[in-house]
Amino acid sequence: MTEQEIYERLNEVFRDVFDDDEIEVFAETTADDIEDWDSLAHINLIAAVEDEFGVRFRMGEVSSMKNVGEMAEIIKDRA
Amino acid sequence: MKELQYPFDSGYLLKKKRSIKKQLLADDMPRVEKKIAVLGGSTANDIVDITELFLLDYGIKPQFYLSEYNRYWQDAVFDNPELQEFAPDIVFIHTTNKNILAYPDINSTKEEVDKLFSEQLAHFETMWKAIADKYHCPIIQNNFEQPYFRLMGNRDCFDYRGRVNYINRLNMAFADYAESHEGFYINDINYLSACYGIDNWSDPAAWHMYKYAMCIPAIPDFAFNLAGIIKSIFGKNRKSLVLDLDNTLWGGVVGDDGVDGIEIGQETHMGQVYSEFQKYLALVKNTGVMLTVCSKNDEENAIAGLKHPEGSLKPEDFIVIKANWENKDRNIVAIANELNIGLDALVFLDDNPAERAIVSSQLPMVAVPEMTAPEEYIKTVDRSHFFEITSFSGDDLKRNEMYKKNAERAALQSQFADYGEYLTSLDMVGVIDDFLPIYLPRITQLTNKSNQFNLTTRRFTTSEMEEVFADDSYIRLYGKLTDKFGDNGIVSVVIGKINGDTLDVILWLMSCRVLKRDMEYAMLDNLVERAQEKGIKEIKGYYYPTAKNKMVKELYADFGFDKISEDEEGNTVWSLKTEGYNKKNNYIKVERNKEND
Repeated sequence: MTEQEIYERLNEVFRDVFDDDEIEVFAETTADDIEDWDSLAHINLIAAVEDEFGVRFRMGEVSSMKNVGEMAEIIKDRA
Repeated sequence: MKELQYPFDSGYLLKKKRSIKKQLLADDMPRVEKKIAVLGGSTANDIVDITELFLLDYGIKPQFYLSEYNRYWQDAVFDNPELQEFAPDIVFIHTTNKNILAYPDINSTKEEVDKLFSEQLAHFETMWKAIADKYHCPIIQNNFEQPYFRLMGNRDCFDYRGRVNYINRLNMAFADYAESHEGFYINDINYLSACYGIDNWSDPAAWHMYKYAMCIPAIPDFAFNLAGIIKSIFGKNRKSLVLDLDNTLWGGVVGDDGVDGIEIGQETHMGQVYSEFQKYLALVKNTGVMLTVCSKNDEENAIAGLKHPEGSLKPEDFIVIKANWENKDRNIVAIANELNIGLDALVFLDDNPAERAIVSSQLPMVAVPEMTAPEEYIKTVDRSHFFEITSFSGDDLKRNEMYKKNAERAALQSQFADYGEYLTSLDMVGVIDDFLPIYLPRITQLTNKSNQFNLTTRRFTTSEMEEVFADDSYIRLYGKLTDKFGDNGIVSVVIGKINGDTLDVILWLMSCRVLKRDMEYAMLDNLVERAQEKGIKEIKGYYYPTAKNKMVKELYADFGFDKISEDEEGNTVWSLKTEGYNKKNNYIKVERNKEND
C-alpha cells in the first residue's frame, strides 16, 4: 500500500467519524487541528482505523501516537 | 433502516454513528419519547450512542441520563435531585464482572465465600430496591460475563473458590430476582459475550485505556441486545411471521417437484435443516407469534406441501394462508388487514432476494431479514430480537388460537344476512369489573401494545399501573369477552380519574379483534353506572390523534358525548352528562368477576 493510498483511506475514515466532508489530514495533523477530536472521539477513531485497515494497534502505540503521520507509519508496517 | 438490521456491520455503525443519527431524525417516522437513565460501572458513552440509533429505528426517541464513571451505586441509592428531576422511564444498570467487589480467595472457606456472596448480592439488591422505590420504573440489569482467566483451569467452574463458579452463582441469583420481581429485566451479557467470544469481548486494552468493559467492536452487539429489551417493554415487538414456502420452509418447489420431491425430513442433509427450521418456527408460534403464509403457488400445492408428513408445521398452524400469484407486497397488506395489525408488526421471511427487495421497497415498515443459507435461518430470526419477550401473559400463549377463532367467526358472519342476528348467535358473555392483581401484567401490557383502538395512547409501566391500582381516586375497568368460540381474554381497559364530580377518562383502549361486537358499549354502560354510584355528574373523554388511532376519532361522538374543544393538532375533549344515560349494549350479557364479590 502506498503512502498516498493510506492517506486517502485515512481521510475517508476521519470524514466518517467526524461527519465532516471538509476534513483533510496530513502527517502533522493532531487532535488540536480537528474540533471534535476529544478523548471519546479518539476511541471511535482508533476503532474505525483498525476496522478500515484490518490492523490492531498495540496499547503502547495508541498512547504514544503523536500525530496522523505516526499512525500512517504503523499502518504501512503492518497492513 | 437497513444498516441497523441484523446482521449489521458493527464497524460501519461505530464509524458513521453521527450521520446515521442525522438520517434517522430526518425521516418522518412518528416516535414516542422515553427517558433512559444509564448507571454505569464502566464507560458507556458509545453504548448510549449506538443504543440510540437502534431505538430511533424502533420508533423510540430516547433521552439519556448518564451517571458519572463508576458512580452507578451512589447515583441510585443516595438522594439524587438530578435523576429525580429527569424522572426516568427506564433505569439501565451497566455493571459487568469488572464491578464485582471481591472474588473468593484461594484460601477462603466455604462459609467465607458464602458470606462474600451474600454481601455482593445485598450490594445489588439494595440498589434495585432503592430504584424501584424512588423511580417506579422498569429496571434493566446486566448479568455478568465469564472471567478472562481461570485460576484453577476447568476446576474453576465447580470449586466454590473459582471465579467461574462465583459468577455463575451470581448470575443464577440475578435470574431468581428477575423471575420474582415484575418490571425487572436481565440484559444477558453472559450469553451475548459467549456468542461474541469471550477472548475477543474481554479486551484488556479497551479496559485499561478507556475503561470499556468490552472490546469496542462488540458495542453494537451489546446495544442491539439492550435496545431489544427496551423496545419490547415499550410495546414495539413484531407480532407475526409471514412465511414463503418453497426453499424457505422446505427445499425445492412443490409445484414443480411434487410433494414427494420437496426436501424435508431426515433423508437428506438439506431436508434435516428444513425440518429443524420448521420445528423452531413451531416453538416460536407457541410463544404467541402468529404464523401466516405468503407464497407464489397454487393454493392446493401449498396446502399439500404443508401436509408433508415430515413437516412440523401443518396448514392449521397458520392463521392466514395466501398462496396465489399476486404480488407479495399486496398479499402482505391483505394479511395485515386480516389480522388487524400494523405492517410494522410483520416479519417477512423469503429466500428469494427479488421478493425481499420488492417487499422492503414497497412496504418499508415490514422487517425483511436477509435469508441467505437455510442452515442460518434459525440464527437470523433468533438474533434479530423481533419477538423479544419481556412480559409473558397467558393470553400470549393463546393468541394464535384466538385469531383462529376470529377467522371462524368471520365465516359464521357471512352466513347471516343481519348483523344483529349474527351477534346474537355468538352468545357473548362479558366480565367487566375493577382490576384484579392477577390481571395487572396483562393490563399493563395492553396499554403498551394497543395502538389503533386507543383514545389517549397513554403507556403505563408496571409500577405506574400498580400506583393506579392502589389509588381510590380512579375508576378502573377491565373487560373480558367470551363467546361460543372461546375466551378472548382481557380485551378492553378503561381508566378514569375522579376530579370532584367529574371523571376524566385518561385511558380507553380495546383490542381490535373484538371490534363491532358491542364491547365498547358494554364498557361505557358499566363506566357510567359506576360513575353515577360515585355521584359523578360529568364524564370527560379525550382523544389524542396518533398515526394509528384514526379509527376512534369519532368514538365519543358515537357514544353520545358532546365535543367541547379541539386544538390545532386535532386533540379533542368530549363531555357526557351521566344523568339520563341510556344503556347502549344490546348483545353482551355482562357479569362481574367472582373474585370481587
